[in-house]
Amino acid sequence: MPYLPIPLPLPYPESEGFWEGCRRHELTIQACEDCGAYCHPPSPLCPACRSWKRGWSRVSGRGTVAGFTIVTRAIFPGMPVPYNIVRVELQEQQGLCLLGNLIDCPPETIEIGMPVTVVFEDVEPYITMYYFRRTEPDNSGET
Amino acid sequence: MESIKDRYAIVGIGQSPVTLRSGRSELSLALEAVTAAIEDAGLHTKDIDGIMGDHPIRVDAMAIAGALGLRRVGFFIEPEFAGGGVPGGIMHALAGIAAGRAEHVVCYKSLNGASKVTVPGMAFDLAPHENGFTRPFGLLDPAAYAGLAARRHMHEYGTTSRHFGAIAVTCRRHANRNSHAIMHDRPLTLEDHQQSELLADPLRILDRCVDVDGAAACIVTTAERARDLRQRPVYIMAAGQALSPCLARGTKDPTLPENETSLLSRQLFSMAGLTPSDIDVLQICDDFTCYVLMALEDLGFCRKGEGGGFVEGGHLDWPDGKIPLNTSGGNLSEGNLEGFNHIVEGVRQLRGAAQAQVGGAETVLVCGATGTATSGLILRR
Amino acid sequence: MAYLEGLPPPEPHSDYNPFWEGCRRHELLIQRCRDCGWYRHYPRPLCPKCHSWKEQWARVSGKGSVWSWTVIAYPLHPAVADKVPYNIVEVELIEQAGLRLISNLIDCRNEDIFIGMPVEVTFEAMSEGITLPRFRRAV
Repeated sequence: MPYLPIPLPLPYPESEGFWEGCRRHELTIQACEDCGAYCHPPSPLCPACRSWKRGWSRVSGRGTVAGFTIVTRAIFPGMPVPYNIVRVELQEQQGLCLLGNLIDCPPETIEIGMPVTVVFEDVEPYITMYYFRRTEPDNSGET
Repeated sequence: MESIKDRYAIVGIGQSPVTLRSGRSELSLALEAVTAAIEDAGLHTKDIDGIMGDHPIRVDAMAIAGALGLRRVGFFIEPEFAGGGVPGGIMHALAGIAAGRAEHVVCYKSLNGASKVTVPGMAFDLAPHENGFTRPFGLLDPAAYAGLAARRHMHEYGTTSRHFGAIAVTCRRHANRNSHAIMHDRPLTLEDHQQSELLADPLRILDRCVDVDGAAACIVTTAERARDLRQRPVYIMAAGQALSPCLARGTKDPTLPENETSLLSRQLFSMAGLTPSDIDVLQICDDFTCYVLMALEDLGFCRKGEGGGFVEGGHLDWPDGKIPLNTSGGNLSEGNLEGFNHIVEGVRQLRGAAQAQVGGAETVLVCGATGTATSGLILRR
Repeated sequence: MAYLEGLPPPEPHSDYNPFWEGCRRHELLIQRCRDCGWYRHYPRPLCPKCHSWKEQWARVSGKGSVWSWTVIAYPLHPAVADKVPYNIVEVELIEQAGLRLISNLIDCRNEDIFIGMPVEVTFEAMSEGITLPRFRRAV
């Protein structure tokens, strides 16, 4: 059951690799084949060195909460408020952030710096969503 | 007020390939054109501090800045009115430079006009005030406005479908010489045009531009800075914009003595200190042939109502015509890049680097799409 | 069967609801400046001549002539894929030179339409609950 009843993401040419990774339950981030810099959201060009050589690199899925908000008012009917939106900085590169939702986490316990790990949920045959869960010390290797 | 004449130049141009199915995002196409233009100019990406961008549905300035890692963009503009707004966007870029907000402005247009399932051709979502009085009657596309304007012009002045077809044939002939044009390999005769399917009577399918996937870009800066860069600068002698005096957008009234295109013409020629006879090459945004014919009249290349006779005279044909038109094929046959391709081709002509090169070309007039809002440039070597 | 069924009906808006209410009563109402008398269409908040905000909705005769026309022969827009060919006319109303509106000519073969054809308004109820003004050749 997806966290939010919202339209699912539509892959476009540059982002297909990301969503294919999700289907494999892997967090794959676009990486430059020339300078190695990660980039998200995926872009045709490396913002660090302007190379067109783009690759996909599986990352650990671990990061920390760099920012968050709790939405308390439903803008659209049927939205299950309250819900959270988090910005997670992945451990692989400073400033490499994904937006997402934290699941199984009471809103009052969310804090900046909280360690999180990515999890996946097969929502439809063609799309697997990613979410984050607080990293527990003994299952930090789980994805 | 200081004139901009000759104080700014286009110093780099770039294009992506033009196809019917790019298989790429519009961002990717835009970046190809933009990085090619930066390279062409002999600049570095970090020199770019201004952006003349495109529609946010497609690729806005933020997308370009983010992808290129630009950290100090101090000026941006996203012109409205599609093909009518493109040359005006260049004018705004000059204003940004003149105001000291940027030194090198990258200008671009990018669209998956062929492969994307959106309203074909140009964005056509009018304000609610106008939608209610057009859509219920089946007026859903610019072709209908063009058909109404064309029919009225024919009634007033005896213009014929063959006159419109002559423009289509001229642009196709030029595209046949352009290895990058979508219609490079497909010749077109006037008889082909006359046999082709009706679109919005009296206009035929071949009176309309070909939607394509592609992008084009250029870099503008001051004339002083242009001197130190890689290419021979192409100077901007004049730039202007004009809105239609018709009270309802799109309803071009060919009987009005003054309209957006004649207003634009006065601005451009007075700023440049030129007359139509001083122009060597014409680049007129050609979404529909009929608007090109009317623009020839309103820009002053022939008298009102005499556009038909003018196009019959072969004046627009490369290489022998006195004022070759859309020398890379135009939106009609190179592909619809909303007239940005016309600016890029104008620059090539003045560098002496065009495939259908007009010998001794010294000046180019670029006119955007007409009918609602328009804009234009006069360029020189 | 109404002409061009199934096209998007106009969105209601306080600026121009009187036009559509008039159509429901089979009256062609054109917005007119209460200060200088200038008719304007499309309806808009201000008089383009004298910039007065004072408006009225004047019932016009419904008579006019075809100022221009086109026949949409090719469905560039998916909404009309099954309706082509159909005509669109720009009708100049007799009340004021240059006062024109977009509509369709019904009960007329497309090949018989000509610029200058005298026409008069008629009204057609559509299944979406809106009544649209159309035109017919005037006798």
